[in-house]
Amino acid sequence: MRLALRELVRRPSRFVTATMILTLIAALLMFLGGLLDGLIRTSTGAIRAQQADAIVYSATSQGSFLRSRIEPATREAITRLDGVADTGGLGVVLLGARVPGNGPRELANVAVWGYELAPAGVPAPPAPGEAWADEILQADGVELGDRLLVGPARTPLTVVGWVANTSFNGQGGLWTDVSTWRAVLGANRPDAVLADGVFQAIVVRGTGASAADVATAIDGALGGAVAAFTVPEAIDAIPGVTEQRTTFNQILGVTVVIALVVISLFFALLTVERTALYGVLKAIGARSRTIFAGLVVQALVVTLVAAVVAGAAVIVLDVLIPPGSIPLSISAARIATSTVLLLVAAVVGCAFSLRRVLRVDPASALGGSP
Amino acid sequence: MTTPSPPSAGPGGVPPALHLSGVRKVYRMADTEVVALDHAELTVGADEIVALVGPSGSGKTTLCSIAGGILSPTEGSVVVGDEEITGYNDKQLTLFRQQQVGFVFQSVNLVPFLTARENLLVVDELGRREGRPARERADRLLDELGLADRAKNLPSQLSGGQKQRVAIGRALMNVPRLVLFDEPTSALDTQLGMQVMELIRSEMKSRRTAAIVVTHDERITEFCDRTVHIVDGVLTA
Repeated sequence: MRLALRELVRRPSRFVTATMILTLIAALLMFLGGLLDGLIRTSTGAIRAQQADAIVYSATSQGSFLRSRIEPATREAITRLDGVADTGGLGVVLLGARVPGNGPRELANVAVWGYELAPAGVPAPPAPGEAWADEILQADGVELGDRLLVGPARTPLTVVGWVANTSFNGQGGLWTDVSTWRAVLGANRPDAVLADGVFQAIVVRGTGASAADVATAIDGALGGAVAAFTVPEAIDAIPGVTEQRTTFNQILGVTVVIALVVISLFFALLTVERTALYGVLKAIGARSRTIFAGLVVQALVVTLVAAVVAGAAVIVLDVLIPPGSIPLSISAARIATSTVLLLVAAVVGCAFSLRRVLRVDPASALGGSP
Repeated sequence: MTTPSPPSAGPGGVPPALHLSGVRKVYRMADTEVVALDHAELTVGADEIVALVGPSGSGKTTLCSIAGGILSPTEGSVVVGDEEITGYNDKQLTLFRQQQVGFVFQSVNLVPFLTARENLLVVDELGRREGRPARERADRLLDELGLADRAKNLPSQLSGGQKQRVAIGRALMNVPRLVLFDEPTSALDTQLGMQVMELIRSEMKSRRTAAIVVTHDERITEFCDRTVHIVDGVLTA
């Protein structure tokens, strides 16, 4: 083990190429992971922020706000259920907004929400005609105090504060009181207008049972009239989220496989190059497992160095990229997960050299067989 | 044909360093058999230095490999000191090599990224892991071999003779019963070769350690107590 570490310290140039390639692969892995997280975050932030055990849609809506409507009587029935502490109406309309100072065609994509129970990080509903704006709208030039003209009807909304991580379908959230949202919806989407008391979804807070139990109880009690989702289920039900995740995970998987191939090839070549040295070490009493452990240690150190450098690089990149320009979200969890995947790939990659290490004959140190 | 060698007990009735009895090594290649060693009988006394002389392909390396626990014989018995290693499996042979024999290889084969001192200590790292006593022994050996001022040098910073001395030190690190020298002077010029042989003799004798020196250079034999010839796997005195 110490022998392997000494070689790393004394002959770093031998490992530079592999470390550089692995650094690029690790950076790619972390960057792609950050993009996935960013895309999911900008698609689902508004739902993720809901402080709820369940979000209830109408039964045939398949978890889509646009297709769902909950009548006041249905909401009342949910509120009366055992295990339900509180309910709040929720609705959204996706529109373009004209930003002061921007050109007439430079619309900011916004999701105008009407809410009763405040999501995490969002204050209580503002006064009518006002909105808490998601900070990703700053990339569109939105500033505090701006009077945005929303939708084809140019409904005015004044930005009175910032909130974070509440975008939906990639559009920055504008959080308004219910009457404002209903007015914006009615003015700009006449086909989707909802009467007073009717919401697209109901946010439900339970009295302490698990979220899954609350959702199941609502589904059971309402006899198929509604579909209750836990927050994670509601996130997955958003169109495109599962597809995005699956596609990115496949790309990430291929990247890990590439890392594995690079590591296995590099250490296989290194093993071939060291056959004579391994023969000598075995002749003087080294076990195969000691030699292989040294190889694994070197692969792990090289991979760890690559992951640390790549992690630092993507963090710097995340800082340098202006908010809202690309949906990149670099987190410690993503860097740690990528690092663990690469370390596993390093060990598996080394395993391909095990057979070669086992086959090194100590007799080769003495000139081998006649 | 076998060539019995006179057993040579060391002082105080110490058993011979090596006793080969009826040792045969056969390599099977497809349908043919190659007899590399044919019923070899050899006893090396506890502090005896034996020159093993023979042409290329005569079986010198095979004999050395069997004596050093690198190869197992097809037939016969191998006893090193008081340890019968004939039936040892790979794991037991590895342990045996760690503790009982020393090797000096033809092309020296030091670990290139370790200093002279670390090349000696690698034997302890791979084997007993004694720590401080091993470090003290390494320093003492380097001092005795005239390499104290070269302890921190890498092999690439040493001359051929100095490398050979480091290799000798490495072979002595585990206080072996038997040291096997494989063509120790083949990479050296005549003068340096003679100096190295003088050093080998003095080191072995001062430690009362037995040695087999494999060579095809008859001039080397004058530094040994006895010469054994090997031709086509058969030992002759």
